[in-house]
Amino acid sequence: MDAEKPSASNTPESNDPPVIKVRGLVNRFGTHVVHEDLDLTLERGEILGVVGGSGTGKSVLLRSIVGLKRPNSGTVEVLGTTLNELSEQERSQIERRFGVLFQRGALFSSLNLQENIALPLIEHAKLPREDAEHLARVKLSLVGLPPQAALQFPESLSGGMVKRAALARALALDPDILFLDEPTAGLDPIGAAAFDQLLVTLRDALGFSVFLVTHDLDTLYAACDRVAVLSQKRVLVVDTIDKVAETDDEWIQDYFHGPRGRAAKSARSISTTNANVQE
Amino acid sequence: MPSEWIARDDQTLALQGEWTLANYRAIKSTLDHYKADTKVPNEATKAAKETVSLEAITRLDTAGAILVIELIGVEKAQKVGEWAGELPKEQQALLMRIAEAMDTPLDVETPSYSRISQALASVGQQMVGLWSQQRQLLAFIGLVMATLFRLILRPRHWRVTATVAHVQQSGLNAVPIVALLTFMVGAVVAFLGATVLQDFGATVYTIDLVAFSFLREFGVLLAAILLAGRTASAFTAQIGAMKSNEEIDALQAQGLDPIELLVLPRVMAMLISLPMLAFVGMLSGLAGGAMVAALSLDISLTQFMNTLQKDVSVTHFLVGLSKAPVFAFVIAVIGCLEGFKVSGSAQSVGAHTTSSVVQSIFMVILIDALAALFFMEMGW
Repeated sequence: MDAEKPSASNTPESNDPPVIKVRGLVNRFGTHVVHEDLDLTLERGEILGVVGGSGTGKSVLLRSIVGLKRPNSGTVEVLGTTLNELSEQERSQIERRFGVLFQRGALFSSLNLQENIALPLIEHAKLPREDAEHLARVKLSLVGLPPQAALQFPESLSGGMVKRAALARALALDPDILFLDEPTAGLDPIGAAAFDQLLVTLRDALGFSVFLVTHDLDTLYAACDRVAVLSQKRVLVVDTIDKVAETDDEWIQDYFHGPRGRAAKSARSISTTNANVQE
Repeated sequence: MPSEWIARDDQTLALQGEWTLANYRAIKSTLDHYKADTKVPNEATKAAKETVSLEAITRLDTAGAILVIELIGVEKAQKVGEWAGELPKEQQALLMRIAEAMDTPLDVETPSYSRISQALASVGQQMVGLWSQQRQLLAFIGLVMATLFRLILRPRHWRVTATVAHVQQSGLNAVPIVALLTFMVGAVVAFLGATVLQDFGATVYTIDLVAFSFLREFGVLLAAILLAGRTASAFTAQIGAMKSNEEIDALQAQGLDPIELLVLPRVMAMLISLPMLAFVGMLSGLAGGAMVAALSLDISLTQFMNTLQKDVSVTHFLVGLSKAPVFAFVIAVIGCLEGFKVSGSAQSVGAHTTSSVVQSIFMVILIDALAALFFMEMGW
């Protein structure tokens, strides 16, 4: 089994400082405590899968890191700075190095797809509209959308197409950190597999780090270097997927060794074997 | 022809430097110059044939990769492994992946028409839109009436809680603003009357002017216009948000009637609220007139009340109030219908909210004008 671990070249170099460092994070809504003393680190160039049962605060964690929710206590360091301490302008400088894919796409409904993706290119990269739209069309094609889709508006698209377009927008500026909130939910299995592959290809080429909230076991096996399990208001365990799967916890055991977990794992072994044969 | 991004000697075209989004415009203009200089109409095909070296590229991102592929052509980029083995594997993979994405015609033709036909098309579109809007409104009124008569004898289906909640929101909460507005208009009408009637020495008829105008017209009209702005828009936004969240579809899929659950409580609430607000408007308009009369025309409150009792018959009050339910129905129905027309986008919510306010104010004033003609002919 050890041979099937993600290739050694993917593991982050230890001397690089982490891109995200969460320490002692506390999040509360009224009396409802979501996170209690939560620690998490995202290393440069790694794909970190974040899993957890429904309502364990995966999306809230993502929002705290991106700066959409101010934590009740604790620190969130992103790219070596604490977002909440920065001025508006410095903050915008950091935030343009993020790419965020929201759970429901969050495309701008008054713009067509091409304009949706061109917007950050025009606003932040200061490209002329024509160039920005050209790049946008390539990015749409990159995530597997047909050329005609470029002129359509989000309301006329299926859920899967919205997800892909939202991914293209998240990738528009070639971000340093990509935040993905359930990117493969709503995609068909073929599209989801293509997504996993695209994510790894782009990560290898561009070297960004990925914070990936997901329920998709196939994605965890195919794309993630490490997996963090959120449970009991904190990060229960962070490690490579095989080690996480062996953790002695009821939820983790159910999750990774239930019928779906076993299927995803065996699918992974088959695909790695095939890859080995081809090499 | 050396430059920061591109260098060539006899046979080799060498790309160098940081080919990234930050340098996109600089690289692109270099490439444009380069193409113009070499006077080759289709540089991509030329570069596709000659030797290109990529190893001097220090950084490459997707934007840079797109430029590289545009220069060397998609086919050559897809075979990057064969001729640029020294390039890191990751960058080869990126080039191949993006070349694959660019392997389809990306520019979509948008049909273009002449200005004249565009103008004609837009006129036609407006007319058809107007026609279908009126048809939809009539159909919706019919639907609401049918549902109303179906349920009126079945109290179990009355949504009392929802109705009361809407009465509070659209009726009770609007009392202060309606009262204040009509009070001020009442004062203005009194001043106006005093100024004009003074020349005839008939200042005392200011009382009649205020009373007639508020009982017959202004009380109900001002209340209706305020509710058209305040409540029709709220109805449209509420139902529109539900529509774009697929809540209306969810109701229908469960066999529940959105007209019964959403529209009727709103219509009933308006039918209750608007007559009451119209009454409040009449009273406070009269109060405004009485205040001006007392303070600046030396007409005491007692005299005001006496004249009111003597000169103004109750018919005027009934004429005014009889219009309130009609206005209420029209405002509520237009507000709800526009809500149902909302589709997905945020823009659509805005457009339909605007449309519902404009339409309901227009309809209120139109009906009021027709009613004034009718009442005049009838001699009421």
